[in-house]
Amino acid sequence: MITASNISKKFGKLKALDDISLTCNKGECIALIGPNGSGKTTLIKSILGMVVPDSGTIKFNGANILHSWQYRSQIGYMPQIGRYPDNMSIGDVFDMMKDIRGPQNVLDEELIHLFGLKEQMKKKMRTLSGGTRQKVSAALAFLFDPEVLVLDEPTAGLDPVASEMLKEKIIAQKRKGKLVMITSHVLSELDELVTQVIYMQEGNLQFHKTIDELHAETGENKLSKAIANVMLKTSHEKNH
Amino acid sequence: MGGHAEVRPFFFILSIFYCGIASSRTIHVGAGRTYKNIRTALAISADGDTVLVDAGHYKEQSLVITKRIILKGVQYPVLDGEKKFEIIAVRANGVVIDGFRIVHSGISSMEDLSGIKIYDRKNVVIKNNILEDTFFGIYTQNGSNCIIQNNQITAFAKEEQQSGNGIHCWKSDSMQIIGNSISGHRDGIYFEFVTNSVIWRNLSSKNLRYGLHFMFSHNDSYIANYFSNNGAGVSVMYSHGVKMLGNVFEENWGDGAYGLLLKEITDSYIEGNSFVKNTSGIYMEGASRITMQRNLFKDNGWAMKIQASCMEISVSSNNFISNTFDVGTNGTLVLNTFDNNYWDKYDGYDLNRDNVGDVPYRPVSMYSMIVEKNPPAMLLFRSFLASLLDRTEKMIPSLTPERLKDNKPMMKKIF
Amino acid sequence: MRKIIKYVVSDILQNRIVLVYTAFLLVTAFSVFSLEDNNSKGLLSLLNITLLIVPLVSIIFSAIYIYNSAEFMELLVSQPLKRKTIWLSLFTGLAVSLSISFLIGIGIPILLFQPNKIGLIMLGTGILLTSAFVAVAMLAVVKTRDKAKGIGVAILLWLYFSILFDGIVLFMLFQFADYPLEKAMIAVTAFNPIDLSRILILLQMDVSAMMGYTGAVFKDFFGTVTGMLTSMIVLLLWSALPVWLSTRRFIKKDL
Repeated sequence: MITASNISKKFGKLKALDDISLTCNKGECIALIGPNGSGKTTLIKSILGMVVPDSGTIKFNGANILHSWQYRSQIGYMPQIGRYPDNMSIGDVFDMMKDIRGPQNVLDEELIHLFGLKEQMKKKMRTLSGGTRQKVSAALAFLFDPEVLVLDEPTAGLDPVASEMLKEKIIAQKRKGKLVMITSHVLSELDELVTQVIYMQEGNLQFHKTIDELHAETGENKLSKAIANVMLKTSHEKNH
Repeated sequence: MGGHAEVRPFFFILSIFYCGIASSRTIHVGAGRTYKNIRTALAISADGDTVLVDAGHYKEQSLVITKRIILKGVQYPVLDGEKKFEIIAVRANGVVIDGFRIVHSGISSMEDLSGIKIYDRKNVVIKNNILEDTFFGIYTQNGSNCIIQNNQITAFAKEEQQSGNGIHCWKSDSMQIIGNSISGHRDGIYFEFVTNSVIWRNLSSKNLRYGLHFMFSHNDSYIANYFSNNGAGVSVMYSHGVKMLGNVFEENWGDGAYGLLLKEITDSYIEGNSFVKNTSGIYMEGASRITMQRNLFKDNGWAMKIQASCMEISVSSNNFISNTFDVGTNGTLVLNTFDNNYWDKYDGYDLNRDNVGDVPYRPVSMYSMIVEKNPPAMLLFRSFLASLLDRTEKMIPSLTPERLKDNKPMMKKIF
Repeated sequence: MRKIIKYVVSDILQNRIVLVYTAFLLVTAFSVFSLEDNNSKGLLSLLNITLLIVPLVSIIFSAIYIYNSAEFMELLVSQPLKRKTIWLSLFTGLAVSLSISFLIGIGIPILLFQPNKIGLIMLGTGILLTSAFVAVAMLAVVKTRDKAKGIGVAILLWLYFSILFDGIVLFMLFQFADYPLEKAMIAVTAFNPIDLSRILILLQMDVSAMMGYTGAVFKDFFGTVTGMLTSMIVLLLWSALPVWLSTRRFIKKDL
């Protein structure tokens, strides 16, 4: 569904993405992991068209996304930090997004109900806590029942209950055959979710493996341990 | 016997007087009269006669009056110069011209063709006439003791070359110009080499150049006249002993327009005048020993522009109200004094409550100095920069003349 | 595009700074008109406020607003929208809402006290100025990633157009005092929307006579219909050009 081939991006001297190629398909839930500044966010932004790679192409359903914008109607994006114009109410934000997407969409308001946002529709964005804003962001990402979900640190700032609801929702979407991309620091959270792992470091794609491959290679069941194991191996290899 | 001798000269004088009355006649001119035109009436008239002209339209070409007569119109008979002639020429002393409508004099660039022109005579009275579309209106050359009173003088020219002056006096003395209204001429009232005269209660407006213009005319008084909306205001040059009292100078807007322009004027006195809505209320150049008091300066661009060539000008007890600039000057040397004026821009204080501000007022703003030096800088008129410059200058004076200040600014309007 | 503008405008109009700005204009305008015994004098005082405050608020508020909307704009970019649409909507939203608050703050008093040609020209130029400085702010913001730096640039730009430019002009006038610069100055004013607006309005008032020969030359140009139209177009260009440049930049910008 999404194919990136040889994309590179530099911010000044910093190589944010260094010749990265990957393919993501329907029904997968991919974890993008790596330390801070490894290029995860840049990769996501490239897919969303916020960052234009210096070289390489990204294709969405076989079409180059460069200069294109219509493809984004099939993406639901949940940003890491959700900030909205201060004086808009939650209701305004949803209304505006509905206006932008047009009326033809089937709305999935499940999260709005689960998070109890329906009752707070009149509240101004500036009065909301960070957690509530995250809930709004999450609800927005799923609202239009998109084919692809891009979630940037989705559980950061959410309370455990909401966090759990969101996870369930993600799993449900995956089962429906959607493509889900998640970045996260908290690897333990991803255990039940992901089918594939992309590990990035300093702009390089270190590996892209299915969860089963990882388990087989490392013999670890926990994602965090498996990753640590792989990291050790690779650093060993480098040293030799 | 002695008594009889004293009586005889008295009788002699009386008899002359009697003969005078006996011989003075009234000659009627008009369509139904013996004399159909004024020219023939004038020809047979003698000193002391009255020529009474009925209403009508008279095309007499040029009338020349050579006898001491009273020429009087009944219900404004029209004297038409057909745009070719000088309509009346006065060449006798003591002539009175009263009650005519004098229209369409000739226009010439060689001669000063006029509605009425007085040639080298005295005691002439021109009153109650209406002059329309004359090149020059009433013109006196070498006259003395003449009275020009209650005439209405209007011209319609669009350009200065096409128009002469409304009341024009040249080399005259002891003239009285009273209660006339003049508009549409080049200069409303023009004096050159005229002395000991008075200009009183005239209305001069909408003239192409100056409402009042005089040069080399000493010891004249200008009282209670109203000058408004003239092309360049009023111009007073190269004279001394000028007294201007209670005049109004109003609405002279435009590039190079002044309420009152004083050039090379000395020993003069300006009191009780109003200068309202002029580009510059008073502009002074090379003036000295002038006293200015109890005048009102209101809504002018510059209330007063004093060039550095002026000295011993005393400006006291005047009101300066809502002028854009109070005083403008082009130099730093100041030989003039400002005292006890009221300036509405003054923001000082009066701790001892004697109605005199405790800190001096500086009427010259920095921006007005800049504009004086570099006129295109007017481009920045009312810009933030200009007001910023003014504010800084007020705190630390550097460009504006140190000594140009009112040491005793009044806290309240003087009148 | 209208979808976004609607929400942006309603958001800005509820902004506290904008409310204070509107109230400030309203209070000053009313007090100016009631303090001055002469309404056209009041208009002159109002002119000074307009030329100073309107650009200041427009440029700085817009800069801050755009920086604060960075995440919101990212979210918008992730939606099926053209970047051009987003940027132009943001510009329109800012320009419209600041113009509305100008129209309320200055427009109501002018319509009450000075409902004539000068008043209308003043309102027109005020709106064009607002829009121009929103546009300039957007250009400054799109070129500076750092918020503090960007707001600094906005303030400097305002200082430049309000004072520095005039300072340079004054300096040049004295440097070239021997040359007839009046005609050249007409061209120079095109480079500063504030000066252009000021002269446009001043020439409509009778104080223009004070501007002497310079004023006469200016009146010959700005007083004619062609001159008025030209200067209105130049003022419009001051909105259009920065918007166009910033849009070009924004389309390629990495968020």
